Amino acid sequence: MGRPFATPEFLFLLGSLRWTLLLSIIAFVGGGVLGLVVAIMRIAPAPPLRWLAVGYIQLFQGTPVLMQLFVAYYGLPVLLNWQVDAWTAVTVAFTLYAAAFLAEIWRGSIQAIPRPQWEAAACISLSFPQQLWYVILPQAMRISIPPTVGFLVQLIKSTSIAAIIGFVELTRAGQLMNNATFKPMIVYPVVAAMYFVLCWPLSQLSQHLERRIDATLGIKRRL
Amino acid sequence: MPLLALSDVSKRFGAHEVLKGVSLAVEAGEVVAIIGRSGSGKSTLLRCLNGLETPDAGIITFDGTRFEPRRLKELRRQIGMVFQSYNLFPHLSVERNITLGLTAGQGMALADAQREARRVLGLVDLADKIAAYPTQLSGGQQQRVAIARALAMHPRLMLFDEITAALDPELIGEVIRVLEVLARGGMTMMLVTHEMGFARRAADTVLFMHQGKIWEKGPPAQMFSAPATPELAGFIDAILSVNPGWASAAQVEPPITPILPAAP
Repeated sequence: MGRPFATPEFLFLLGSLRWTLLLSIIAFVGGGVLGLVVAIMRIAPAPPLRWLAVGYIQLFQGTPVLMQLFVAYYGLPVLLNWQVDAWTAVTVAFTLYAAAFLAEIWRGSIQAIPRPQWEAAACISLSFPQQLWYVILPQAMRISIPPTVGFLVQLIKSTSIAAIIGFVELTRAGQLMNNATFKPMIVYPVVAAMYFVLCWPLSQLSQHLERRIDATLGIKRRL
Repeated sequence: MPLLALSDVSKRFGAHEVLKGVSLAVEAGEVVAIIGRSGSGKSTLLRCLNGLETPDAGIITFDGTRFEPRRLKELRRQIGMVFQSYNLFPHLSVERNITLGLTAGQGMALADAQREARRVLGLVDLADKIAAYPTQLSGGQQQRVAIARALAMHPRLMLFDEITAALDPELIGEVIRVLEVLARGGMTMMLVTHEMGFARRAADTVLFMHQGKIWEKGPPAQMFSAPATPELAGFIDAILSVNPGWASAAQVEPPITPILPAAP
């Protein structure tokens, strides 16, 4: 029999949680910045920018994140003769993956803002970037909060895929502890509970933000 | 030289030709009411006048400057527009709705823009609503804020696209009153409107649009009492049949009076 699942084992899992968290944050923030750029390119007046954005989104939405991870980890060294470590590979892969999905979520939110809002902004002689920044994005943001947080929850859970290339985040740490203790019915529920503790407050936060923005705008919620 | 001149302006959406060679001159201080059935091209004409639509052919000049994409931003500072559906920015306060175009669009200091917001809100009698959000206002109040927002740019021409069409009948009067004050103040205005009472009282010129053309044009007294074309006569009859109150008023009142009537 293996070692028992006790405090040190639990603390090991807890410690590995920080890599899950860090990877999620980097992918979300990096993907958010890149995703916003892609979303804006997607609705830009210039067609080439739109084509580029559509191509990017299609590529990353149409392929499994696992393949993207493999390409980053095993493919880049071959292609570019550039040896990447597991950490670099997973952060790059998940950032690019998150950007595609966030771009599409935000593109939808921007396009949900009625056309006359653009026109009214144009009529007070705002330029296209100003129309976007002052009038459209603030309104689109409100609409985008639920799907954005929904995707963030998905992203946190999908970082578990990083375990496959040996990056030790929460899931990989769970595998290691299971191999050591042979107690899958303890180890994996604990791992799952840790994901839940991470994700559940986010859903709560999303609802709270929606209510607060609605209150500011004086919108009465229809339930 | 007219303030605004259109020469043979055409516009099509796909196979549908909405404007078929419209030519027109509007003098500074002139109030032009554009009437006609829906689909006659009135709104498209108005939207061509601040670049929301680009004509396929023809020339538009404003104060001698020809409309071109790169001059659009500058032209829009001088040409205000108010829409049927108000189109206030719902996430911004009344004050910010007005100051945004001044600070972001024109680089005015915020304090100056806020002073301007107070001034124009005073003009539309909504000084007490400066901190409110659009959703807290009635339709009539929102439309007056939209007018104030356009006025803050110190436009030389104001375009109004059926601005009372979405309002409840009892709220139309307060918006019309603002328009009359503007007209008396010498503002050059072009209005697409179904408010025939207002058109008859306040307009210098009435344009009747039909099938994408200016079908008939003239001073309101002549247009309403002695239409030259059967199309305009038919249009006036159609309006009279749904709005007989206006018919009696038309017979009793002199053609142009500064007196405000009850809401039609």
